[in-house]
Amino acid sequence: METNKTKEALFSKKNRKLLSDPMNINNPITVQVLGICSALAITVKLKPAVVMSLSVIVVMALANVITSLMRNMIPNRIRIIVQLVVVATLVILVDQVLKAFVYDVSKQLSVFVGLIITNCIIMGRIEAFSLGNTPWKSFLDGIGNGASYGLILIVVSFFRELFGNGTLYDYPVMEKLGLYELGYHNNGMMLLPPMALIVVAVIIWWQRSKTPSLIEKD
Amino acid sequence: MNINSNSYTYVFAIAMVIVVASLLSIAATSLKPFQEKNIELEKKSDILSSIGVIGEDPELLFDEYITEQLVIQNGLVVSSEVTAFDIDLEEAVKESNSTRKVPLFKAQKNGDTFYVIPMRGTGLWGPIWGYVSLKGDGNTILGASFDHEKETPGLGAEISTPIFEDQFPDKILFSSLRDGIEVRKGDASGYQQVDGISGGTITSVGVQTMFEDCLIPYKNFLLNLSIENDNPSDSTISVLYH
Repeated sequence: METNKTKEALFSKKNRKLLSDPMNINNPITVQVLGICSALAITVKLKPAVVMSLSVIVVMALANVITSLMRNMIPNRIRIIVQLVVVATLVILVDQVLKAFVYDVSKQLSVFVGLIITNCIIMGRIEAFSLGNTPWKSFLDGIGNGASYGLILIVVSFFRELFGNGTLYDYPVMEKLGLYELGYHNNGMMLLPPMALIVVAVIIWWQRSKTPSLIEKD
Repeated sequence: MNINSNSYTYVFAIAMVIVVASLLSIAATSLKPFQEKNIELEKKSDILSSIGVIGEDPELLFDEYITEQLVIQNGLVVSSEVTAFDIDLEEAVKESNSTRKVPLFKAQKNGDTFYVIPMRGTGLWGPIWGYVSLKGDGNTILGASFDHEKETPGLGAEISTPIFEDQFPDKILFSSLRDGIEVRKGDASGYQQVDGISGGTITSVGVQTMFEDCLIPYKNFLLNLSIENDNPSDSTISVLYH
């Protein structure tokens, strides 16, 4: 086991799979259906979705590495508490640093900090992966899952902001295209929470139709 | 060593709590001066932007444009231990209208006098606040800016966008009809009306209530200003008053 690990290249095929799998066949949102709560809450506009995605990638990668380093020291019975403490500490530290040095970004993020702590994907990856794997693999797993979570967030918020608000990253697309003069109206329903679930469901539908291995045989 | 024994679990938990607690308190105390500076700068640039001054260095511009900082209580200028800038509006608005001490900033820009009033109220999910700047007559609005802590993006949060804020210039605060600004649905052509946010009704109503509540302590002070500066050419206000 020990010799295997030292021989393995940093970006071996197995390690690359850690990055690519979550993007498709093991996507945390569309396949594992985790992190739905925050995907619903912050996909009204692109900007907060992007900030949230970046923060989740950072927190998830660091939390994975830290718990992986401690994996042989954590008592089994309190491991969930330990995971929670690690994630919460990281989120608070990130928030404090942002508040001190990039105040604008921290104002964007303020509401969502709490959501990062409760994000089930982070806890899920720590519990399922980093407690049993080396720090480097855990790091890759964290980046992979964080990025694929972010991908879905950005896709959903793209559609919601475009059709609900007529803007993209606060740029008035629909106005510039002159659609309002032709009688076009924004669909206010896109801004309401249920539409996030419907958009996610459409993505799941599309993904399953493209990936036969995801379809259950009953 | 058995890492699943009771004693190890206790030792691990205690050690973890101590490490995390000290880490967080070190971070919080060492970063506090930076954070407070940021908040102060933001407040200064908010006050400045409500009179249309936007620049790189709010600290310098603030000293240049803001000529007087007054503390107002029940329509009169009073002396206070706390300077106007340091008054915590969040605490102040909890007091009744007649006893609370509130700040008023007097600004000079291109020879004209302006007054800036900070406001604070409640939206749907949390606090909302803003600044309204008045022309020298103490009644006509020069500009207004709003912000919020956690209103819904795209709905209530729209109060902090130009779409909403740009409706305020040239509206008036006091008339025989009402004090403040009515945030209503649809037509808002009146001198004291603005169009609310669709889907953000509770936040919009919060803005209206915030105006009504926060203006009371200033009312007599501002009305005296408008009597002093009574400008016959501004017929709209005269009509509404008489």
